[in-house]
Amino acid sequence: MNDKPTSPLALTVNGRKVSAVVEPRTHLADFLREQQLLTGTNIGCEQGVCGACTVLVDGVPTRSCITWAVSCQGAEVRTIESFDEDETMAELRAAFTAEHALQCGYCTPGMLATARDIVTRLPQADEARIRLELSGNLCRCTGYVGLVRAIGRVLEARRQRNLAEA
Amino acid sequence: MKAAAFDYARPASGDEAVALLAAGTGMAKALGGGQSLGPMMNLRLAQPDSLVDLRAIAELRGCRRDGTGGMETVLIGACTTHADIEDGRFDDPSRGFLPRVAAGIAYRAVRNRGTVGGSLAHADPAADWVNAMAVAGADILVQGPAGRRTVAAAGWLQGAFTPALAEDEIVLGVRLAQWSAAARWSYYKFNRKTGEFAEAIAAFVVDPARDLCRGLIGALDGPPHVIADARGLLAALQAGDPAAADAELVAAGLPPGSYEHHIHRAALQRAAAQLKGNA
Ligand SMILES: Cc1cc2nc3c(=O)[nH]c(=O)nc-3n(C[C@H](O)[C@H](O)[C@H](O)COP(=O)(O)OP(=O)(O)OC[C@H]3O[C@@H](n4cnc5c(N)ncnc54)[C@H](O)[C@@H]3O)c2cc1C
Ligand code: FES
Ligand code: FES
Repeated sequence: MNDKPTSPLALTVNGRKVSAVVEPRTHLADFLREQQLLTGTNIGCEQGVCGACTVLVDGVPTRSCITWAVSCQGAEVRTIESFDEDETMAELRAAFTAEHALQCGYCTPGMLATARDIVTRLPQADEARIRLELSGNLCRCTGYVGLVRAIGRVLEARRQRNLAEA
Repeated sequence: MKAAAFDYARPASGDEAVALLAAGTGMAKALGGGQSLGPMMNLRLAQPDSLVDLRAIAELRGCRRDGTGGMETVLIGACTTHADIEDGRFDDPSRGFLPRVAAGIAYRAVRNRGTVGGSLAHADPAADWVNAMAVAGADILVQGPAGRRTVAAAGWLQGAFTPALAEDEIVLGVRLAQWSAAARWSYYKFNRKTGEFAEAIAAFVVDPARDLCRGLIGALDGPPHVIADARGLLAALQAGDPAAADAELVAAGLPPGSYEHHIHRAALQRAAAQLKGNA
């Protein structure tokens, strides 16, 4: 196959409609980084193990390194660049700072995507559950203690607010 | 690393998918969630000429009740994701067994995309669905150029990574009988790191209403070892006699004294204890 196959692709990236032509072999992380110039999504292992590349596809955390861009036809993709106005993410960012949940920052975009999923999907999660859910995101700097505390802090704040409202 | 170049097609029907696979003469592959193919292609362990994406085929999505052979059964579409099952977004015939198995597969981000059909077709002997569906007594529905057929999940693996599936066939779904209200089950997966493939799997499914007590020794080098009548084994394990498992462990190809024999025996003991707890 010398003439490389290409496919048309239409999807939504961070709320913006995007039409592109991609090689089917381009994975979503490379498409986002190299064709959309959204370099907030990091690539670590390209085997689905480290979680650095985790983005939201149709609202749920997805490994962008093992998801072909072409298979995201019609999908809504959200990367770390799209969360400036997101209240939950703002809360998580503040908690990450307070608890020292990042150092070099390489794992952070994937960690935040996963953290947001934990606090929204599992409002009752305790420390053991946070650790279980976070096991698919590797961090070589922090030792996880700060990360687990940061997510726990946001969960607790949300639970307190719910109590106050109830 | 990056995958080698390939062509991509997204057929709307099973017939079309089968035709595309047949035309690929062995170099075309079906694509489910890509959660096994993606890593293999990025590492260039797999270099198909083309991928046939099954996710747009309506028939492979969702799940429906469909009495078969006088029994109440549920058909789970091949493109149902692990997360769909974990969250109970399907009509569960198994009294919580399948959701529990699903929750232990990989990580949430992988479960959000990986599919039941893809996992079965991949046929890793350490994977969860090939083992769980075998002990559940499920049937796997397959479509090929010659039509449709059904394969018992217990006989699905011919060997490691070798399913009873031709290159131009697709998995349509998995069919399970409804378990009775009195059914009990256990599933013990031994792995060192959360989200990893199993080093050992043991499971029991007991359903008095269907006169059934099945056991499983799984995550072997080859096909799972299903114990069709596990009453004696279960009773002995629950009475604190682990040596009672030795004959089945040897039959499963695990020589006495080996590390594998040891961990599979421990897995069986724990699965038996879990079942007791479920009572
Ligand atoms: C980090 C990581 C950890 C994992 N841990 C586990 C684990 O603990 N337990 C576990 O069980 N799995 C694990 N997996 C594998 C995961 O469950 C995959 O989702 C699954 O094995 C493959 O499903 P898929 O839909 O992604 O298939 P794909 O990757 O798309 O395809 C896999 C194979 O099946 C074929 N195929 C796909 N769908 C069909 C179909 N309907 N009909 C015919 N052929 C088809 C493809 O051609 C290919 O050969 C892990 C994966 C990763 C990346
Ligand atoms: S780069 Fe995707 S999981 Fe590691
Ligand atoms: S902060 Fe450096 S890898 Fe997590």
